[in-house]
Amino acid sequence: MKERVKPLYKVTAGERDRFGGKCSALAGLAEKGFRVPDGVCIDSALYRDFVTKTGLVRRIHFELNRKRFEDMRWEEIWDAALRIRNLFVSTDIPGPMRDHIASVVEPVFSETPVAVRSSAGMEDSAEMSFAGLHESYVNIIGISSILDHIKLVWASLWSDRALLYRQELGLDVEASSMGVVVQELVAGDASGVVFSRDPDDAARAVIEAVHGLNQALVDGTVEPDRWLVDRESAKVLSHHAVDRKMKMTAAPDGVRLVDLDERARGVPPLREEDIPKILEAALKAERVFGRPQDVEWTIKKGEIYVLQSRPITVATDGDDKRTWYLTLTRSFENLKALRERIENEIIPGMEADTAALAAIDLTGLSDEALTEEIRRRDQIYEKWKKVYWDECIPFAHGMRLFGQVYNDIIRPQDPYQFMDLLSTGSTIGLMRNYLLGMMASVVREDASLAADLEAGRVPEKGSRFQVLLEDYVKRFGDLPPAGKTVKAGADAAERTVGLVLELAKRPPTGDTERQSRREMLERDFLGAFPEERKQFAADLLDLARASYRWRDDDNIYLARIDAEARRPEETAQARMKRGMVAQALEVEVLERSKVREALARSGDRQPSDRSQAASPGKEESRKRFRARQLTGQPAGPGIATGRARVIGADNLFDFKAGEVLVCDAIEPEMTFIVPLAAGIVERRGGMLIHGAIIAREYGIPCVTGVPDAARLIITGDRVTVDGYLGIVVLEGVTSTDAVAREGGKRYE
Amino acid sequence: MKERELRAHVLDLLKNQNLAVLSTDRGGHPYASLVGFLADDDLKFIYFVTTRATRKFDALTSNPRVAMLIDNRSNTYGDFREAMAVTALGEAGEIEKAKHQDIVKAYVEKHPHLSDFISSPTSALVRIEVETYYAVTRFQQVMELHLK
Repeated sequence: MKERVKPLYKVTAGERDRFGGKCSALAGLAEKGFRVPDGVCIDSALYRDFVTKTGLVRRIHFELNRKRFEDMRWEEIWDAALRIRNLFVSTDIPGPMRDHIASVVEPVFSETPVAVRSSAGMEDSAEMSFAGLHESYVNIIGISSILDHIKLVWASLWSDRALLYRQELGLDVEASSMGVVVQELVAGDASGVVFSRDPDDAARAVIEAVHGLNQALVDGTVEPDRWLVDRESAKVLSHHAVDRKMKMTAAPDGVRLVDLDERARGVPPLREEDIPKILEAALKAERVFGRPQDVEWTIKKGEIYVLQSRPITVATDGDDKRTWYLTLTRSFENLKALRERIENEIIPGMEADTAALAAIDLTGLSDEALTEEIRRRDQIYEKWKKVYWDECIPFAHGMRLFGQVYNDIIRPQDPYQFMDLLSTGSTIGLMRNYLLGMMASVVREDASLAADLEAGRVPEKGSRFQVLLEDYVKRFGDLPPAGKTVKAGADAAERTVGLVLELAKRPPTGDTERQSRREMLERDFLGAFPEERKQFAADLLDLARASYRWRDDDNIYLARIDAEARRPEETAQARMKRGMVAQALEVEVLERSKVREALARSGDRQPSDRSQAASPGKEESRKRFRARQLTGQPAGPGIATGRARVIGADNLFDFKAGEVLVCDAIEPEMTFIVPLAAGIVERRGGMLIHGAIIAREYGIPCVTGVPDAARLIITGDRVTVDGYLGIVVLEGVTSTDAVAREGGKRYE
Repeated sequence: MKERELRAHVLDLLKNQNLAVLSTDRGGHPYASLVGFLADDDLKFIYFVTTRATRKFDALTSNPRVAMLIDNRSNTYGDFREAMAVTALGEAGEIEKAKHQDIVKAYVEKHPHLSDFISSPTSALVRIEVETYYAVTRFQQVMELHLK
């Protein structure tokens, strides 16, 4: 046991393997005379001891094998990683193990700020670099906090990013382990990385540097100055200076981005005389390890400290979607900047384009002009779609970041409790549902109005209902269900009335209850922080709420542009129906519908058999083979039994109150039928997907990530949705009459 | 999962497992016992051998409705996610060994050490005609296969 935790300088060459890649490299550097911050290494066997003695290994296995890995979407992988992280947070390190770590760490770092960093076996092997898959924590003070962060580093063996690369890492619940290094935090004046050999030119080295700590450089928040240096002569070949504005410094909550003072903005982070010193360190590291190195360093009072050295590897999987997923993990500072951009540039830009497009009278255009307009609008839509993918989707990480911080400090039983703090009811989808709910309550209280509406009679102009309806249509009448345009005006009003009549059959939702729960959770969260961190906590909550809101709303803004992009095509189709149009226009329209069909076939969505109930072949096959119980993720607590209806974009309005909504994926434009549902079952998995978020919002039992949900369940099946355990039980086909009598039950 | 996949998984399990838990009932008294079994390729029949003096044989002659559980657990925690369990429901009855020599031969091939047991005049060859299989994977995923 004694040997498992050791000061860095005592780690001998023979035992480096069990302390992991980072410890091994640092110990090697220290031995060769590099200035390396003081450190304590914790070997990987201690990790195994921890997960075995506490039974965590079993729980990790159970969590990771919920479904086949190949069937898991990135969001489900993230969820699994969050749940595993929570297991680590809520499991104490057994006393003797704790005492042992403390006995070595405390004498060295009783009050000194440290970094707690991963040192995994495969992390920096010669073949592959997996930098950034595991966690590091900076500016940790005191043994209790250090121990908590050692657990978090251990947990990051199963981070979402590591799980994405599980094959390359050879991740195995029974065998994988993780070393940790606790290292003095050197608050350098400037920091950066040096590549001892430029991958583009073997005669050069590359140095990148920022003012302050290098976390900002590593996570891409601050752009570095960059020097190309001749390896032989140490002569600077070029210096790319940037517009320096910010730097990262140590703060009570880890690190914080601050404005650079006027003087620092004007000077590069490195002085001329620093360049040869840094180059020399890199070349020396290259000699020590026998191959080109990527060295992280910091300079404090002119002294260079080497923080890490690893072999330079070529980035793998250029066309791999996983590299995009990796970009979704953002720092708090990065997210704040992203929010500014979304709120001040992207959304206003989308709105302006939508308004400009809507203002054009298409009927007045010639065939040629209409053809041109179709193409022009395509480009506009494509532009915004790219912005949406590159900037809006990553902003959703704000919720995830908040979730981690919330779980670390509150340690709730339910790892998704944090979601209950985020909704302030102000998403477009919820506002739309609020208006629908108001109309439904008018109908509930007025039997004669209900009868009139049922009979298709339009209420008097100026009546309460009619005013609400007109307001609703004005605000949301243009919103199509996914992929389909519903014309504003009479059609929208008629569909809305149908929806409201269904909604009136459901009990009203308990808004006030949720409101007070939210306030209570918010008080608990803010109250859990010491005075000096309260502002950070409040800022993070505010950011997460914006992230929650935009996650739904940006889709709706994009959907509005999409609808505008399709409008000239519809005009063209109308012309084609009426008679001859210019050939170019006709070709354009036909080509586009072909492309769309092909896209629909190859897309992420799985076809759902919506007509199965009426298909005799299907019934015959279901007599031989059917699902009895399906598993997914518990995404909204509660249990409900009712008649299933499998829903797609084209039969949204068939949905009846009290039915169980079964679908491939709920899109933000579809959420208006959710309040009608007794329960929700979705093929697309994840806790932070639209369906799960809105189900939680309304307290509807919900199970997501059920493979083949829309194929194995058919409209008319009687199903029970267990939102506590993530199970859907099929009890066979119900007759419509029987269901109509029961109306679908819901228990809470 | 599709029907074809499920059939393949069930067959694979039945071919690779030697022992199954047989559940019987006699007058409201349930009983469970471990038996060496054999399944045919189209999953219609499952066979096992028992001496006629046993409690299970007594039970199934009075109530031929039986359930049989076949699984591939290995008594490790991985079982909860990795093991598969199949419950077969059907009707059991003795068949004459002399008339079903092909079954006897296949049974001995699967369980060579039971050749004396099956050839003893005191043991009975029992056939279950399966009506339904319930297959459980990943702890809680349940699929049904109906043969009748």
